[in-house]
Amino acid sequence: MTRLIRAAAVVTGICTIAVFFMMLILGWPLFSHGHLFALLVGGWNPGSDQFGILPMMVGSTAIAGGALLVGTPLSLGVAFVTAVFARGRMRRVLLSCVRLMSGVPTVVYGFVALIYLVPFIRSQFHSGSGFSILTASLVLGLLISPTMIVLFVNALDGVDPRARRAAAALGATPVQRLLYLQLSEALPGLLSGVVMGLGRAMGDTFISLMLAGNSINMPDGVLESARTLTAHIALVMAVDFHSLEFQSIYLCGFVLYLFTFMLVLILRVVDHRFRRGRVQ
Amino acid sequence: MKRCAELLLVIFSWLALLVFATSFLSLFVVLLLRVRGLDAVSLFFGDTPPVDALLHGLPVFDGIYPALLGTVSVVMVAVLCAVLPGVFTGIYLAEFAGPWAHRIVNLLVDVLTGLPSIVVGLAGFSFMVLLHNLFPGAPGPCMAWSALALGFLVLPCLVRTTETALQGIPAELRRTAPALGATKVQNIFFVLLPFRAKDLLGGVILATGRAAEDTAVIMLTGVVASAPGMHSLFKQFEALPFYIYYMSSQYRDLAELQYGFGASITLLLLCGVFFAAAFLLQSYVSFRFRGSSWLQK
Repeated sequence: MTRLIRAAAVVTGICTIAVFFMMLILGWPLFSHGHLFALLVGGWNPGSDQFGILPMMVGSTAIAGGALLVGTPLSLGVAFVTAVFARGRMRRVLLSCVRLMSGVPTVVYGFVALIYLVPFIRSQFHSGSGFSILTASLVLGLLISPTMIVLFVNALDGVDPRARRAAAALGATPVQRLLYLQLSEALPGLLSGVVMGLGRAMGDTFISLMLAGNSINMPDGVLESARTLTAHIALVMAVDFHSLEFQSIYLCGFVLYLFTFMLVLILRVVDHRFRRGRVQ
Repeated sequence: MKRCAELLLVIFSWLALLVFATSFLSLFVVLLLRVRGLDAVSLFFGDTPPVDALLHGLPVFDGIYPALLGTVSVVMVAVLCAVLPGVFTGIYLAEFAGPWAHRIVNLLVDVLTGLPSIVVGLAGFSFMVLLHNLFPGAPGPCMAWSALALGFLVLPCLVRTTETALQGIPAELRRTAPALGATKVQNIFFVLLPFRAKDLLGGVILATGRAAEDTAVIMLTGVVASAPGMHSLFKQFEALPFYIYYMSSQYRDLAELQYGFGASITLLLLCGVFFAAAFLLQSYVSFRFRGSSWLQK
Protein backbone atom coordinates (compact mmCIF):
# COMPACT_ATOMS: atom_id res chain seq x y z
CA MET A 1 0.00 0.00 0.00
CA THR A 2 2.77 2.38 0.94
CA ARG A 3 4.39 1.62 -2.39
CA LEU A 4 1.16 2.36 -4.21
CA ILE A 5 0.88 5.72 -2.46
CA ARG A 6 4.45 6.62 -3.37
CA ALA A 7 3.87 5.46 -6.93
CA ALA A 8 0.79 7.70 -7.26
CA ALA A 9 2.78 10.74 -6.16
CA VAL A 10 5.63 9.88 -8.54
CA VAL A 11 3.22 9.40 -11.45
CA THR A 12 1.50 12.73 -10.76
CA GLY A 13 4.84 14.51 -10.63
CA ILE A 14 6.26 12.82 -13.71
CA CYS A 15 3.13 13.53 -15.76
CA THR A 16 3.36 17.22 -14.90
CA ILE A 17 7.01 17.35 -15.92
CA ALA A 18 6.24 15.26 -19.01
CA VAL A 19 3.79 17.91 -20.25
CA PHE A 20 6.64 20.42 -20.24
CA PHE A 21 9.02 18.20 -22.18
CA MET A 22 6.28 17.21 -24.58
CA MET A 23 5.81 20.86 -25.53
CA LEU A 24 9.56 21.31 -25.83
CA ILE A 25 10.22 18.19 -27.93
CA LEU A 26 7.23 18.48 -30.24
CA GLY A 27 7.91 22.15 -30.83
CA TRP A 28 11.59 21.42 -31.44
CA PRO A 29 11.51 21.53 -35.26
CA LEU A 30 10.27 25.08 -34.98
CA PHE A 31 12.88 26.01 -32.37
CA SER A 32 15.66 24.69 -34.57
CA HIS A 33 14.12 26.15 -37.72
CA GLY A 34 14.45 29.77 -36.68
CA HIS A 35 15.99 31.64 -33.84
CA LEU A 36 14.04 31.47 -30.63
CA PHE A 37 14.24 35.23 -30.40
CA ALA A 38 12.62 35.65 -33.80
CA LEU A 39 9.87 33.26 -32.79
CA LEU A 40 9.12 35.17 -29.65
CA VAL A 41 9.24 38.71 -30.99
CA GLY A 42 8.56 38.23 -34.70
CA GLY A 43 5.26 38.62 -36.47
CA TRP A 44 3.04 35.87 -37.91
CA ASN A 45 3.35 35.38 -41.64
CA PRO A 46 3.28 31.70 -42.65
CA GLY A 47 3.66 32.66 -46.33
CA SER A 48 7.23 33.77 -45.72
CA ASP A 49 8.00 31.18 -43.04
CA GLN A 50 7.52 33.54 -40.14
CA PHE A 51 5.88 31.90 -37.16
CA GLY A 52 6.40 34.52 -34.46
CA ILE A 53 3.83 34.39 -31.71
CA LEU A 54 4.26 37.97 -30.54
CA PRO A 55 0.75 39.05 -31.68
CA MET A 56 -0.72 36.23 -29.65
CA MET A 57 1.31 37.10 -26.58
CA VAL A 58 0.20 40.72 -26.89
CA GLY A 59 -3.39 39.58 -27.35
CA SER A 60 -3.26 37.33 -24.29
CA THR A 61 -1.68 40.03 -22.16
CA ALA A 62 -4.13 42.70 -23.31
CA ILE A 63 -7.21 40.57 -22.72
CA ALA A 64 -6.03 39.19 -19.38
CA GLY A 65 -4.93 42.67 -18.28
CA GLY A 66 -8.29 44.11 -19.30
CA ALA A 67 -10.07 41.34 -17.43
CA LEU A 68 -8.08 42.21 -14.30
CA LEU A 69 -8.93 45.92 -14.72
CA VAL A 70 -12.61 44.99 -14.85
CA GLY A 71 -12.57 42.14 -12.37
CA THR A 72 -10.35 43.44 -9.57
CA PRO A 73 -12.37 46.55 -8.55
CA LEU A 74 -15.60 44.62 -8.95
CA SER A 75 -14.38 41.73 -6.82
CA LEU A 76 -12.84 44.05 -4.22
CA GLY A 77 -16.14 45.90 -3.84
CA VAL A 78 -18.21 42.73 -3.52
CA ALA A 79 -15.64 41.24 -1.12
CA PHE A 80 -15.77 44.38 1.06
CA VAL A 81 -19.54 44.15 1.26
CA THR A 82 -19.45 40.42 1.97
CA ALA A 83 -16.64 40.45 4.51
CA VAL A 84 -17.32 43.72 6.31
CA PHE A 85 -20.57 45.54 5.60
CA ALA A 86 -23.02 42.66 5.39
CA ARG A 87 -24.00 40.80 8.54
CA GLY A 88 -25.55 37.49 9.51
CA ARG A 89 -27.82 35.99 6.94
CA MET A 90 -27.00 38.41 4.11
CA ARG A 91 -23.33 37.55 4.45
CA ARG A 92 -24.05 33.82 4.22
CA VAL A 93 -26.40 34.25 1.28
CA LEU A 94 -23.88 36.45 -0.57
CA LEU A 95 -21.05 33.99 0.00
CA SER A 96 -23.01 30.98 -1.18
CA CYS A 97 -24.27 32.90 -4.22
CA VAL A 98 -20.72 33.87 -5.13
CA ARG A 99 -19.57 30.25 -4.69
CA LEU A 100 -22.40 29.14 -6.94
CA MET A 101 -21.48 31.74 -9.57
CA SER A 102 -17.98 30.34 -9.80
CA GLY A 103 -19.54 27.17 -11.15
CA VAL A 104 -21.16 28.80 -14.17
CA PRO A 105 -19.56 27.11 -17.22
CA THR A 106 -17.30 29.23 -19.40
CA VAL A 107 -19.10 28.46 -22.65
CA VAL A 108 -22.36 29.72 -21.20
CA TYR A 109 -20.80 33.14 -20.60
CA GLY A 110 -19.35 33.04 -24.08
CA PHE A 111 -22.60 32.03 -25.71
CA VAL A 112 -24.76 34.68 -24.04
CA ALA A 113 -22.15 37.41 -24.59
CA LEU A 114 -21.82 36.41 -28.23
CA ILE A 115 -25.54 36.90 -28.82
CA TYR A 116 -26.01 40.04 -26.72
CA LEU A 117 -22.77 41.83 -25.86
CA VAL A 118 -21.04 41.63 -29.25
CA PRO A 119 -23.86 43.40 -31.18
CA PHE A 120 -24.13 45.92 -28.34
CA ILE A 121 -20.43 46.82 -28.51
CA ARG A 122 -20.67 47.00 -32.30
CA SER A 123 -23.57 49.44 -32.21
CA GLN A 124 -22.09 51.50 -29.37
CA PHE A 125 -18.70 52.18 -30.87
CA HIS A 126 -19.53 52.20 -34.59
CA SER A 127 -16.19 50.66 -35.42
CA GLY A 128 -15.13 47.09 -35.94
CA SER A 129 -17.28 44.02 -35.72
CA GLY A 130 -17.86 43.99 -31.97
CA PHE A 131 -15.43 41.08 -31.64
CA SER A 132 -12.76 42.91 -29.72
CA ILE A 133 -10.36 42.92 -26.81
CA LEU A 134 -12.88 45.06 -24.91
CA THR A 135 -15.70 42.53 -25.28
CA ALA A 136 -13.53 39.62 -24.22
CA SER A 137 -12.07 41.57 -21.29
CA LEU A 138 -15.48 42.56 -19.97
CA VAL A 139 -16.78 39.01 -19.96
CA LEU A 140 -13.52 37.51 -18.71
CA GLY A 141 -13.47 40.06 -15.90
CA LEU A 142 -16.91 38.91 -14.83
CA LEU A 143 -15.86 35.28 -15.17
CA ILE A 144 -12.85 35.55 -12.87
CA SER A 145 -14.66 37.68 -10.25
CA PRO A 146 -16.33 34.89 -8.22
CA THR A 147 -12.99 33.11 -7.71
CA MET A 148 -11.30 36.37 -6.76
CA ILE A 149 -14.13 37.36 -4.41
CA VAL A 150 -13.86 34.10 -2.48
CA LEU A 151 -10.09 34.55 -2.15
CA PHE A 152 -10.46 38.21 -1.13
CA VAL A 153 -13.08 37.37 1.51
CA ASN A 154 -10.82 34.63 2.88
CA ALA A 155 -7.94 37.10 3.06
CA LEU A 156 -10.03 39.79 4.79
CA ASP A 157 -11.50 37.28 7.25
CA GLY A 158 -8.03 35.90 7.94
CA VAL A 159 -6.99 39.11 9.70
CA ASP A 160 -6.34 38.40 13.38
CA PRO A 161 -9.72 38.67 15.16
CA ARG A 162 -8.00 40.08 18.25
CA ALA A 163 -6.75 43.04 16.23
CA ARG A 164 -10.20 43.49 14.75
CA ARG A 165 -11.84 43.44 18.15
CA ALA A 166 -9.25 45.86 19.48
CA ALA A 167 -10.00 48.27 16.65
CA ALA A 168 -13.72 47.96 17.28
CA ALA A 169 -13.17 48.59 21.00
CA LEU A 170 -11.31 51.78 20.14
CA GLY A 171 -14.43 52.99 18.40
CA ALA A 172 -13.57 52.21 14.78
CA THR A 173 -16.59 51.79 12.52
CA PRO A 174 -16.62 48.79 10.14
CA VAL A 175 -15.41 51.03 7.31
CA GLN A 176 -12.54 52.40 9.36
CA ARG A 177 -11.59 48.92 10.46
CA LEU A 178 -11.54 47.81 6.85
CA LEU A 179 -9.66 50.84 5.58
CA TYR A 180 -6.99 51.16 8.27
CA LEU A 181 -6.58 47.62 9.56
CA GLN A 182 -7.86 44.81 7.37
CA LEU A 183 -6.78 46.28 4.04
CA SER A 184 -3.12 46.59 4.97
CA GLU A 185 -3.04 43.37 6.98
CA ALA A 186 -4.68 41.34 4.22
CA LEU A 187 -2.65 42.89 1.40
CA PRO A 188 -0.58 39.76 0.60
CA GLY A 189 -3.76 37.68 0.52
CA LEU A 190 -5.46 40.19 -1.75
CA LEU A 191 -2.39 40.23 -3.96
CA SER A 192 -2.34 36.46 -4.34
CA GLY A 193 -6.06 36.63 -5.21
CA VAL A 194 -5.22 39.00 -8.06
CA VAL A 195 -2.38 36.74 -9.23
CA MET A 196 -4.75 33.74 -9.26
CA GLY A 197 -7.27 35.81 -11.23
CA LEU A 198 -4.54 36.66 -13.73
CA GLY A 199 -3.72 32.98 -14.07
CA ARG A 200 -7.33 32.09 -14.76
CA ALA A 201 -7.71 34.94 -17.24
CA MET A 202 -4.53 33.98 -19.10
CA GLY A 203 -5.49 30.34 -19.24
CA ASP A 204 -9.03 30.79 -20.46
CA THR A 205 -9.63 29.64 -24.01
CA PHE A 206 -13.24 29.94 -24.96
CA ILE A 207 -14.07 33.52 -23.98
CA SER A 208 -11.36 34.91 -26.22
CA LEU A 209 -11.96 32.29 -28.89
CA MET A 210 -15.65 33.21 -29.09
CA LEU A 211 -15.51 36.96 -28.42
CA ALA A 212 -12.14 38.41 -29.41
CA GLY A 213 -12.34 37.79 -33.15
CA ASN A 214 -9.06 35.83 -33.43
CA SER A 215 -7.39 38.19 -35.92
CA ILE A 216 -3.73 37.35 -36.31
CA ASN A 217 -2.64 40.98 -36.70
CA MET A 218 -1.07 43.02 -33.98
CA PRO A 219 -3.95 44.82 -32.22
CA ASP A 220 -3.80 48.65 -32.13
CA GLY A 221 -6.53 49.39 -29.63
CA VAL A 222 -9.09 47.86 -27.33
CA LEU A 223 -11.73 47.84 -30.05
CA GLU A 224 -9.49 45.77 -32.32
CA SER A 225 -9.79 42.06 -32.72
CA ALA A 226 -7.01 39.92 -31.23
CA ARG A 227 -5.97 36.32 -30.82
CA THR A 228 -4.72 34.81 -27.56
CA LEU A 229 -2.16 32.05 -27.11
CA THR A 230 -4.87 29.68 -25.93
CA ALA A 231 -7.20 30.49 -28.82
CA HIS A 232 -4.30 30.02 -31.24
CA ILE A 233 -3.85 26.46 -30.00
CA ALA A 234 -7.55 25.76 -30.46
CA LEU A 235 -7.63 27.30 -33.95
CA VAL A 236 -4.50 25.78 -35.46
CA MET A 237 -5.49 22.26 -34.41
CA ALA A 238 -7.23 21.88 -37.75
CA VAL A 239 -4.05 22.38 -39.80
CA ASP A 240 -1.72 19.68 -41.17
CA PHE A 241 0.11 17.98 -38.33
CA HIS A 242 3.61 18.13 -39.80
CA SER A 243 3.62 21.76 -40.87
CA LEU A 244 5.67 24.36 -39.03
CA GLU A 245 2.49 26.32 -38.56
CA PHE A 246 1.11 23.45 -36.52
CA GLN A 247 4.23 23.24 -34.42
CA SER A 248 3.79 26.86 -33.37
CA ILE A 249 1.03 25.70 -31.03
CA TYR A 250 3.62 23.83 -29.01
CA LEU A 251 5.52 27.07 -28.66
CA CYS A 252 2.30 28.65 -27.34
CA GLY A 253 1.85 25.75 -24.94
CA PHE A 254 5.48 26.13 -23.85
CA VAL A 255 5.04 29.85 -23.17
CA LEU A 256 1.79 29.22 -21.24
CA TYR A 257 3.52 26.53 -19.17
CA LEU A 258 6.39 28.86 -18.31
CA PHE A 259 3.93 31.61 -17.46
CA THR A 260 2.05 29.30 -15.09
CA PHE A 261 5.32 28.27 -13.48
CA MET A 262 6.23 31.93 -12.98
CA LEU A 263 2.86 32.72 -11.38
CA VAL A 264 3.26 29.77 -8.99
CA LEU A 265 6.68 31.10 -7.96
CA ILE A 266 5.24 34.60 -7.43
CA LEU A 267 2.47 33.13 -5.28
CA ARG A 268 5.10 31.27 -3.25
CA VAL A 269 7.00 34.49 -2.58
CA VAL A 270 3.84 36.39 -1.60
CA ASP A 271 2.71 33.53 0.65
CA HIS A 272 6.13 33.32 2.26
CA ARG A 273 6.12 37.04 3.03
CA PHE A 274 2.61 36.68 4.39
CA ARG A 275 3.57 33.91 6.81
CA ARG A 276 6.70 35.70 7.98
CA GLY A 277 4.74 38.90 8.51
CA ARG A 278 2.21 37.07 10.64
CA VAL A 279 4.76 35.47 12.95
CA GLN A 280 6.31 38.79 13.93
CA MET B 1 -11.02 64.24 3.94
CA LYS B 2 -10.81 60.87 5.70
CA ARG B 3 -14.57 60.83 6.17
CA CYS B 4 -14.90 61.45 2.48
CA ALA B 5 -12.66 58.50 1.62
CA GLU B 6 -14.61 56.24 3.95
CA LEU B 7 -17.92 57.28 2.43
CA LEU B 8 -16.54 56.78 -1.07
CA LEU B 9 -15.35 53.29 -0.16
CA VAL B 10 -18.81 52.34 1.10
CA ILE B 11 -20.52 53.71 -2.00
CA PHE B 12 -17.99 52.03 -4.26
CA SER B 13 -18.46 48.64 -2.59
CA TRP B 14 -22.23 48.66 -2.82
CA LEU B 15 -22.04 49.87 -6.43
CA ALA B 16 -19.70 47.00 -7.24
CA LEU B 17 -22.13 44.57 -5.67
CA LEU B 18 -24.94 46.13 -7.71
CA VAL B 19 -23.01 45.76 -10.98
CA PHE B 20 -21.96 42.21 -10.11
CA ALA B 21 -25.48 41.13 -9.17
CA THR B 22 -27.03 42.81 -12.21
CA SER B 23 -24.61 41.13 -14.61
CA PHE B 24 -25.32 37.68 -13.26
CA LEU B 25 -29.05 38.27 -12.97
CA SER B 26 -29.19 39.42 -16.58
CA LEU B 27 -27.24 36.32 -17.60
CA PHE B 28 -29.84 34.08 -15.99
CA VAL B 29 -32.82 36.14 -17.14
CA VAL B 30 -31.57 36.10 -20.73
CA LEU B 31 -31.17 32.33 -20.60
CA LEU B 32 -34.64 31.83 -19.14
CA LEU B 33 -36.27 34.21 -21.62
CA ARG B 34 -34.66 32.61 -24.60
CA VAL B 35 -35.69 29.05 -23.79
CA ARG B 36 -39.30 30.07 -23.15
CA GLY B 37 -41.57 28.25 -25.56
CA LEU B 38 -38.96 25.61 -26.32
CA ASP B 39 -40.40 22.11 -26.18
CA ALA B 40 -38.29 20.03 -23.80
CA VAL B 41 -38.88 16.75 -25.63
CA SER B 42 -37.79 18.13 -28.99
CA LEU B 43 -34.86 19.91 -27.34
CA PHE B 44 -33.54 16.63 -26.00
CA PHE B 45 -34.64 14.10 -28.60
CA GLY B 46 -35.38 16.02 -31.80
CA ASP B 47 -37.65 13.95 -34.03
CA THR B 48 -36.81 10.60 -32.45
CA PRO B 49 -39.41 9.23 -30.03
CA PRO B 50 -37.87 9.55 -26.52
CA VAL B 51 -38.75 5.97 -25.49
CA ASP B 52 -36.96 4.54 -28.52
CA ALA B 53 -33.93 6.69 -27.89
CA LEU B 54 -33.74 5.80 -24.21
CA LEU B 55 -34.54 2.10 -24.35
CA HIS B 56 -33.60 0.93 -27.85
CA GLY B 57 -30.68 3.23 -28.41
CA LEU B 58 -32.15 4.75 -31.55
CA PRO B 59 -29.85 7.54 -32.82
CA VAL B 60 -30.93 11.10 -31.99
CA PHE B 61 -30.01 13.67 -34.61
CA ASP B 62 -31.51 17.03 -33.68
CA GLY B 63 -31.59 16.88 -29.89
CA ILE B 64 -29.07 17.40 -27.15
CA TYR B 65 -29.64 13.98 -25.53
CA PRO B 66 -26.44 12.48 -27.01
CA ALA B 67 -24.49 15.52 -25.83
CA LEU B 68 -25.89 15.23 -22.31
CA LEU B 69 -25.15 11.51 -22.21
CA GLY B 70 -21.65 12.14 -23.54
CA THR B 71 -20.88 14.78 -20.94
CA VAL B 72 -22.17 12.69 -18.05
CA SER B 73 -20.28 9.57 -19.11
CA VAL B 74 -16.98 11.29 -19.89
CA VAL B 75 -17.06 13.14 -16.57
CA MET B 76 -17.85 9.98 -14.64
CA VAL B 77 -15.01 8.05 -16.27
CA ALA B 78 -12.62 10.98 -15.79
CA VAL B 79 -13.34 11.30 -12.08
CA LEU B 80 -13.17 7.52 -11.62
CA CYS B 81 -9.74 7.52 -13.26
CA ALA B 82 -8.50 10.45 -11.20
CA VAL B 83 -9.80 9.53 -7.75
CA LEU B 84 -7.19 6.93 -6.83
CA PRO B 85 -4.05 8.74 -8.01
CA GLY B 86 -5.39 12.05 -6.68
CA VAL B 87 -6.25 10.78 -3.23
CA PHE B 88 -3.05 8.74 -2.97
CA THR B 89 -0.89 11.70 -3.95
CA GLY B 90 -2.73 13.76 -1.33
CA ILE B 91 -2.02 11.06 1.27
CA TYR B 92 1.62 11.01 0.22
CA LEU B 93 1.93 14.78 0.60
CA ALA B 94 0.23 14.83 3.98
CA GLU B 95 1.70 11.72 5.60
CA PHE B 96 4.71 10.26 3.80
CA ALA B 97 6.72 12.93 2.02
CA GLY B 98 10.02 14.06 3.45
CA PRO B 99 10.77 17.80 3.34
CA TRP B 100 12.44 17.75 -0.09
CA ALA B 101 10.01 15.35 -1.72
CA HIS B 102 7.18 17.43 -0.28
CA ARG B 103 8.61 20.60 -1.73
CA ILE B 104 9.00 19.12 -5.21
CA VAL B 105 5.65 17.32 -5.44
CA ASN B 106 3.89 20.33 -3.93
CA LEU B 107 5.40 22.64 -6.54
CA LEU B 108 4.43 20.29 -9.36
CA VAL B 109 0.86 19.98 -8.12
CA ASP B 110 0.64 23.77 -7.91
CA VAL B 111 1.87 24.07 -11.50
CA LEU B 112 -0.67 21.47 -12.60
CA THR B 113 -3.42 23.42 -10.82
CA GLY B 114 -2.57 26.56 -12.75
CA LEU B 115 -1.99 24.91 -16.11
CA PRO B 116 -4.50 26.22 -18.69
CA SER B 117 -6.90 23.47 -19.69
CA ILE B 118 -6.00 23.85 -23.34
CA VAL B 119 -2.38 23.00 -22.53
CA VAL B 120 -3.57 19.86 -20.76
CA GLY B 121 -5.72 19.08 -23.80
CA LEU B 122 -2.75 19.66 -26.11
CA ALA B 123 -0.63 17.33 -23.98
CA GLY B 124 -3.35 14.67 -24.13
CA PHE B 125 -3.60 15.08 -27.89
CA SER B 126 0.17 14.82 -28.36
CA PHE B 127 0.35 11.75 -26.15
CA MET B 128 -2.40 10.19 -28.23
CA VAL B 129 -0.53 10.92 -31.45
CA LEU B 130 2.78 9.66 -30.06
CA LEU B 131 1.17 6.42 -28.96
CA HIS B 132 -0.52 6.08 -32.31
CA ASN B 133 2.83 6.43 -34.07
CA LEU B 134 4.45 3.83 -31.82
CA PHE B 135 1.56 1.35 -31.94
CA PRO B 136 -0.48 1.85 -35.11
CA GLY B 137 -3.37 -0.08 -33.55
CA ALA B 138 -3.82 2.39 -30.68
CA PRO B 139 -7.19 4.13 -30.61
CA GLY B 140 -7.50 7.58 -32.18
CA PRO B 141 -9.55 10.44 -30.72
CA CYS B 142 -12.19 8.88 -28.46
CA MET B 143 -13.93 9.19 -25.14
CA ALA B 144 -11.25 7.22 -23.28
CA TRP B 145 -8.58 9.78 -24.19
CA SER B 146 -10.85 12.68 -23.25
CA ALA B 147 -11.62 11.05 -19.92
CA LEU B 148 -7.93 10.46 -19.19
CA ALA B 149 -7.01 14.05 -20.07
CA LEU B 150 -9.95 15.43 -18.05
CA GLY B 151 -8.91 13.24 -15.14
CA PHE B 152 -5.41 14.68 -15.33
CA LEU B 153 -6.93 18.18 -15.38
CA VAL B 154 -8.92 17.65 -12.16
CA LEU B 155 -6.19 15.65 -10.40
CA PRO B 156 -4.75 18.59 -8.41
CA CYS B 157 -8.19 19.40 -7.05
CA LEU B 158 -8.41 15.92 -5.50
CA VAL B 159 -4.83 16.05 -4.25
CA ARG B 160 -5.34 19.33 -2.45
CA THR B 161 -8.61 18.32 -0.78
CA THR B 162 -7.14 15.07 0.51
CA GLU B 163 -4.02 16.80 1.74
CA THR B 164 -5.84 19.59 3.60
CA ALA B 165 -8.38 17.11 4.98
CA LEU B 166 -5.66 14.93 6.46
CA GLN B 167 -3.67 17.86 7.79
CA GLY B 168 -6.63 19.22 9.74
CA ILE B 169 -7.08 16.11 11.87
CA PRO B 170 -6.55 16.64 15.63
CA ALA B 171 -3.51 14.93 17.13
CA GLU B 172 -5.51 12.86 19.65
CA LEU B 173 -7.40 11.08 16.89
CA ARG B 174 -4.25 10.72 14.84
CA ARG B 175 -2.42 8.89 17.64
CA THR B 176 -5.22 6.67 18.91
CA ALA B 177 -5.09 3.85 16.37
CA PRO B 178 -1.26 3.58 16.26
CA ALA B 179 -1.30 3.40 20.06
CA LEU B 180 -3.59 0.38 19.75
CA GLY B 181 -1.16 -1.29 17.38
CA ALA B 182 -2.48 -0.19 13.97
CA THR B 183 0.06 0.39 11.23
CA LYS B 184 0.40 3.78 9.55
CA VAL B 185 -1.50 2.61 6.48
CA GLN B 186 -4.29 1.07 8.57
CA ASN B 187 -4.54 4.28 10.54
CA ILE B 188 -4.90 6.32 7.35
CA PHE B 189 -7.46 4.11 5.63
CA PHE B 190 -9.59 3.02 8.59
CA VAL B 191 -9.45 6.06 10.87
CA LEU B 192 -8.22 9.27 9.28
CA LEU B 193 -9.82 9.09 5.82
CA PRO B 194 -13.27 7.95 7.07
CA PHE B 195 -13.13 10.77 9.61
CA ARG B 196 -12.71 13.21 6.75
CA ALA B 197 -15.04 11.48 4.27
CA LYS B 198 -17.09 14.66 3.94
CA ASP B 199 -14.17 16.77 2.79
CA LEU B 200 -12.99 14.10 0.38
CA LEU B 201 -16.41 14.01 -1.25
CA GLY B 202 -16.34 17.79 -1.40
CA GLY B 203 -13.17 17.48 -3.45
CA VAL B 204 -14.80 14.95 -5.76
CA ILE B 205 -17.72 17.35 -6.30
CA LEU B 206 -15.38 20.15 -7.24
CA ALA B 207 -13.52 17.84 -9.59
CA THR B 208 -16.76 16.71 -11.22
CA GLY B 209 -17.96 20.27 -11.71
CA ARG B 210 -14.69 21.38 -13.20
CA ALA B 211 -14.59 18.39 -15.53
CA ALA B 212 -18.19 18.91 -16.68
CA GLU B 213 -17.71 22.50 -17.73
CA ASP B 214 -14.38 22.14 -19.45
CA THR B 215 -14.43 22.38 -23.22
CA ALA B 216 -10.84 22.82 -24.26
CA VAL B 217 -9.58 19.41 -23.16
CA ILE B 218 -12.32 17.38 -24.81
CA MET B 219 -12.18 19.51 -27.95
CA LEU B 220 -8.60 18.40 -28.59
CA THR B 221 -9.05 14.76 -27.63
CA GLY B 222 -12.23 13.33 -29.05
CA VAL B 223 -15.40 15.39 -29.00
CA VAL B 224 -17.31 15.84 -32.26
CA ALA B 225 -20.31 17.91 -33.27
CA SER B 226 -22.47 14.95 -34.17
CA ALA B 227 -22.33 11.39 -32.81
CA PRO B 228 -25.98 10.39 -32.76
CA GLY B 229 -25.70 6.68 -31.93
CA MET B 230 -24.93 4.92 -28.68
CA HIS B 231 -21.74 5.75 -26.93
CA SER B 232 -18.68 3.67 -26.44
CA LEU B 233 -15.42 4.41 -24.66
CA PHE B 234 -13.50 3.98 -27.91
CA LYS B 235 -15.64 6.17 -30.12
CA GLN B 236 -15.90 9.88 -30.56
CA PHE B 237 -18.72 11.49 -28.64
CA GLU B 238 -20.82 14.61 -28.22
CA ALA B 239 -20.66 16.84 -25.17
CA LEU B 240 -22.78 19.74 -23.97
CA PRO B 241 -20.11 22.45 -23.70
CA PHE B 242 -18.82 21.66 -27.16
CA TYR B 243 -22.37 21.57 -28.52
CA ILE B 244 -22.91 25.09 -27.16
CA TYR B 245 -19.67 26.30 -28.70
CA TYR B 246 -20.53 24.65 -32.00
CA MET B 247 -24.01 26.16 -32.04
CA SER B 248 -22.63 29.62 -31.28
CA SER B 249 -20.73 29.67 -34.55
CA GLN B 250 -22.70 27.29 -36.76
CA TYR B 251 -26.36 28.01 -36.10
CA ARG B 252 -28.40 28.38 -39.26
CA ASP B 253 -31.69 29.73 -37.92
CA LEU B 254 -33.29 31.01 -34.76
CA ALA B 255 -34.57 27.55 -33.82
CA GLU B 256 -31.02 26.20 -33.71
CA LEU B 257 -29.92 29.23 -31.72
CA GLN B 258 -32.66 28.45 -29.24
CA TYR B 259 -31.29 24.93 -28.98
CA GLY B 260 -27.99 26.53 -27.99
CA PHE B 261 -29.73 28.40 -25.17
CA GLY B 262 -31.50 25.21 -24.16
CA ALA B 263 -28.17 23.40 -24.02
CA SER B 264 -26.69 26.25 -21.94
CA ILE B 265 -29.46 25.97 -19.35
CA THR B 266 -29.07 22.19 -19.34
CA LEU B 267 -25.34 22.46 -18.71
CA LEU B 268 -25.95 24.98 -15.92
CA LEU B 269 -28.53 22.68 -14.32
CA LEU B 270 -26.30 19.64 -14.80
CA CYS B 271 -23.53 21.28 -12.80
CA GLY B 272 -26.19 22.05 -10.18
CA VAL B 273 -27.37 18.43 -10.14
CA PHE B 274 -23.81 17.19 -9.66
CA PHE B 275 -23.50 19.51 -6.70
CA ALA B 276 -26.83 18.48 -5.18
CA ALA B 277 -26.17 14.76 -5.63
CA ALA B 278 -22.77 15.08 -4.02
CA PHE B 279 -24.23 17.05 -1.11
CA LEU B 280 -26.81 14.30 -0.50
CA LEU B 281 -24.08 11.68 -0.62
CA GLN B 282 -22.02 13.76 1.78
CA SER B 283 -24.66 13.87 4.47
CA TYR B 284 -25.35 10.16 3.94
CA VAL B 285 -21.72 9.19 4.48
CA SER B 286 -21.27 11.33 7.56
CA PHE B 287 -24.52 9.90 8.95
CA ARG B 288 -23.30 6.37 8.43
CA PHE B 289 -19.96 7.16 10.00
CA ARG B 290 -21.58 8.71 13.05
CA GLY B 291 -23.93 5.75 13.25
CA SER B 292 -21.18 3.17 13.28
CA SER B 293 -19.08 4.99 15.84
CA TRP B 294 -22.15 5.33 18.02
CA LEU B 295 -22.76 1.58 17.78
CA GLN B 296 -19.19 0.82 18.77
CA LYS B 297 -19.46 2.80 21.97
